[in-house]
Amino acid sequence: MDMTLPAVNWLSVLPTLLLSATGMLALFWDIWIKDDERSLLGWLSLTGIVVTALCSWLLWGHNDVESFSGMFALDAYAMFFNLVFCLVAGLTVLMSLSYLETAEIRHGEYYALILFATVGMTVMAAATDLIFIFLGLETMSIAVYVLAGIWRQHLTSHEAALKYFLLGAFASGFLLYGIALIYGATGSVQLGPIAEHVGTQGSSPLLLIGMGLLIVGFGFKVAAVPFHVWTPDVYQGSPTTVTAFMAVGVKAAAFAAFARIFLHTLGAVHADWQGILWVVAALTMTVGNITALVQHNIKRMLAYSSIAHAGYLLVAMVAGKDLGGAALLYYLVAYGLMNLGAFGVMVAVGRRGEPHEELDDYAGLGFRYPALGMAMTVFMLSLTGVPPLVGFTGKFYIFSAAVQAGYIWLAVIGVLNSVVSAYYYIRVVVNMYMREGEAIVALPSLRSALGVAILIAAIGTVLMGVFPSASMSLAGASFLSLG
Amino acid sequence: MVSLIVFIPLLTAFFLLALNKNAVELVRRTAFGASLLTFFISLGLFTGFDSETAAFQFVERYAWISEFGIEYYVGVDGISLFLVLLTTFLSPLVILSTWSSVEHRVREYLFFFLILETGMIGTFVAVDVFLFYVFWEVMLIPMYFLIGVWGGERRIYAALKFLLYTMVGSLLMLVAILYLAYLHNTQHGTLTFDLLRLYTLEIPVSAQMWLFAAFALSFAIKVPLFPFHTWLPDAHVEAPTGGSVILAGVLLKMGTYGFLRFALPLFPDAAHAAVPLIMALSVVGIVYGALVALVQPDMKKLVAYSSVSHLGFVMLGLFAFNIQGIEGALYQMLGHGLSTGALFLLVGVVYERRHTRLISEYGGLWKQLPLFASVFLITMLSSIGLPGLNGFVGEFLILLGTFQANTLVGAIAVSGVVLGAVYMLRLYQRVVFGPLTQPENAKLTDLSRRELAIFVPLIALMLLMGLYPKPFLSRMEKSVEATLARIHQTADNKSVESVESIGSVESLGRLSLDPTDPKDPIDLKGAS
Repeated sequence: MDMTLPAVNWLSVLPTLLLSATGMLALFWDIWIKDDERSLLGWLSLTGIVVTALCSWLLWGHNDVESFSGMFALDAYAMFFNLVFCLVAGLTVLMSLSYLETAEIRHGEYYALILFATVGMTVMAAATDLIFIFLGLETMSIAVYVLAGIWRQHLTSHEAALKYFLLGAFASGFLLYGIALIYGATGSVQLGPIAEHVGTQGSSPLLLIGMGLLIVGFGFKVAAVPFHVWTPDVYQGSPTTVTAFMAVGVKAAAFAAFARIFLHTLGAVHADWQGILWVVAALTMTVGNITALVQHNIKRMLAYSSIAHAGYLLVAMVAGKDLGGAALLYYLVAYGLMNLGAFGVMVAVGRRGEPHEELDDYAGLGFRYPALGMAMTVFMLSLTGVPPLVGFTGKFYIFSAAVQAGYIWLAVIGVLNSVVSAYYYIRVVVNMYMREGEAIVALPSLRSALGVAILIAAIGTVLMGVFPSASMSLAGASFLSLG
Repeated sequence: MVSLIVFIPLLTAFFLLALNKNAVELVRRTAFGASLLTFFISLGLFTGFDSETAAFQFVERYAWISEFGIEYYVGVDGISLFLVLLTTFLSPLVILSTWSSVEHRVREYLFFFLILETGMIGTFVAVDVFLFYVFWEVMLIPMYFLIGVWGGERRIYAALKFLLYTMVGSLLMLVAILYLAYLHNTQHGTLTFDLLRLYTLEIPVSAQMWLFAAFALSFAIKVPLFPFHTWLPDAHVEAPTGGSVILAGVLLKMGTYGFLRFALPLFPDAAHAAVPLIMALSVVGIVYGALVALVQPDMKKLVAYSSVSHLGFVMLGLFAFNIQGIEGALYQMLGHGLSTGALFLLVGVVYERRHTRLISEYGGLWKQLPLFASVFLITMLSSIGLPGLNGFVGEFLILLGTFQANTLVGAIAVSGVVLGAVYMLRLYQRVVFGPLTQPENAKLTDLSRRELAIFVPLIALMLLMGLYPKPFLSRMEKSVEATLARIHQTADNKSVESVESIGSVESLGRLSLDPTDPKDPIDLKGAS
């Protein structure tokens, strides 16, 4: 019997391979490495991530290269997301270098798991086959389940891992079932043929149910209401750096696949899914923001805020078309920068055994640690959407896509939500500058790696906000590469 | 030149952060010098201004976010010219007042203050609506910090209230701005935020109502128009002196400026429809503000409520839709900025000495503080609109315009003038005249030289504006006329004009937009 090997274009999987190789190297090196040299693993991971980012950057222009018989694409879209994932993973590793010591997490697998999760993300962004997307999702998820529970000394971390795992497995089931139904409706699991079938035949009840199940699966991963209930506990219980990684990286990866499938492949039947997503987006924004209002723990507040931001991102999905897609990509970068920055400040404020996550712990911080206070202010204002910071340009992008597509009421709901969010973000600033701390909190001196991470996030937040043109056109061109 | 004026304060603000925070004197002098420099540069706008044209002058225009057709587009015309000058004029005076009023965290205070100055000037000079929005929002944050960090006891509450109130309005305005830009895209094929091109849009009347509501809410909160005024007394009372001065002197004018620049000329049909409502609210504001001011035991609160009343006059003038009304409104905006700014500074002067703002704690100050009493006298008279001082010209023109538009409203408004005289004279009488009953007041010292240096320019300008309004009014005239012409370009007038003068129905056809166009943003559709 003849076996034809699929045409393999190694270039398309090069970023994924690089990350995998670094991950394995980190895993094996961990066996020999001395306890006090563990941070070398972090630097190794960082090197791998930077090389991957460079490689993705160079590959950015190479469009329409298909590989593995149409299961994997090398398009600007995938490369854009690779850059996002590298940014997220890189900043997470930088922050982890000091966090792991203060939190007393001494497992070398940590960095390897971060890398493997990133591998899964790159697969999700580049895969053009539902099964492949599912494989990427599972690779990412399993690594993140473990990461959530890696803080073994803390019961909350166990709880987080278990909760995340159980509900995540459930969501995977939904996703898989949705894939099966879509296969049944269209006769293929590859995105190209599905798009063709949908374009000519339109939708069918089977396809509708399949799409609904996909929305449930992805809704869980991006923490959209009503699939969000796991988020606060998991985010609060996990180690802070892992929370940052989850809140930004996992969300971005889920949106990468979500948008590729819905905006591109199922774009022809957008009328069938836009209505549902409209409701989900409005609910997600509103529930996320209103629940965040009453939180006193900043980590938990950021968890709810991440739900709210998923809502804004869903608005971009609803708006659809080129502008909505580009806005989605742009906002993911914006959200990544400001959210990672905020978590970075949280890491800097925490001390050994004392996480300092409560709002009151931030009292008087602003004037005592001006640089840290200013950075946190920038991140909070940006998350609120105050110009000229990136959070504003991102929201501007999304809402203009919504207005252009005619979803004016959704945009109005979105901006009103921004006002609500102002209350709880500004409360952090109030505590930092307008209340005096009762006990003088002396922070450990800022580790340089962590400082660099916060600085990168802060500079990105300001620069991308004041001069958004370059990144906007990059996001626009990346989305257009889907064809 | 305009960019210099906008960005010198901002650059100085960041320069201050590089200075040693304990070198307070150096920090103060640097900030004062920068704001003074900004003022002198801005004088060039006044002298170089061509009063024969309504076009924007000193224009600077660069592409900024080309994906959305957003430009860095600034310039001044007869409407914004004096508001820019008012800002650059008040700023160094406020900084001068901080020598005694701010003692803690001086560097940070001035840092925020200078950013605020950039925001205010930027708001007035922006021609691109997106740019306007950015400056409009940028302004909020430093003001929020000024109130929240350096304010009185309930500062956090007041600051948050100020922030949230303003944000609700401005974010809805953002959606309206986006809608306008995309409407331009539908009608003319280009996405632009250039105000002058947005003026040419043919907006269906039904859509105008929504858009006007979004803009008007944002501006009405800022003015503040009754019943959106409740943030103002809180913010004013809790804010430090400098914050109050800028809040009353400049920030409130943002609202009326917004009406004149954006809400009225962009949506003339809706503006005409809104006249009865706005006039009613303005009149209620005038009388209500004056009555509440009458019973205030706290000087700062009294001045705050007097602002509600005065700004009601400005709104009346704007919505009279005639040249006297609008010029009067503009003039009153400047006049109110000077006199109320000076009043807050005066309250600050006695507050720094006695640490109380209760009127009952004072009395008989004229003997102890003769200079203070005279400055207070002139300022108070300017505020109630005595002929020969700035307040009179504005109020007179506004009433002239209002009577032409609506006699009844004009008649009620006049009662506001009378009430204004009552509460101001009573304030003056109880603080300055009478016997010196409180022994602490006998130890008070009169205005220092630094304080005189603050008040002399203010008084001089009040006199100048009261006695010789021509250089001011002549520079406003063309721009006001042009704006007025746009306001009167309602759908009815337009169709008559185009049929008569152009004789083509093509321009009429543009009024109705193709509902089948998928990009058509007119349809306010929801989930369905």
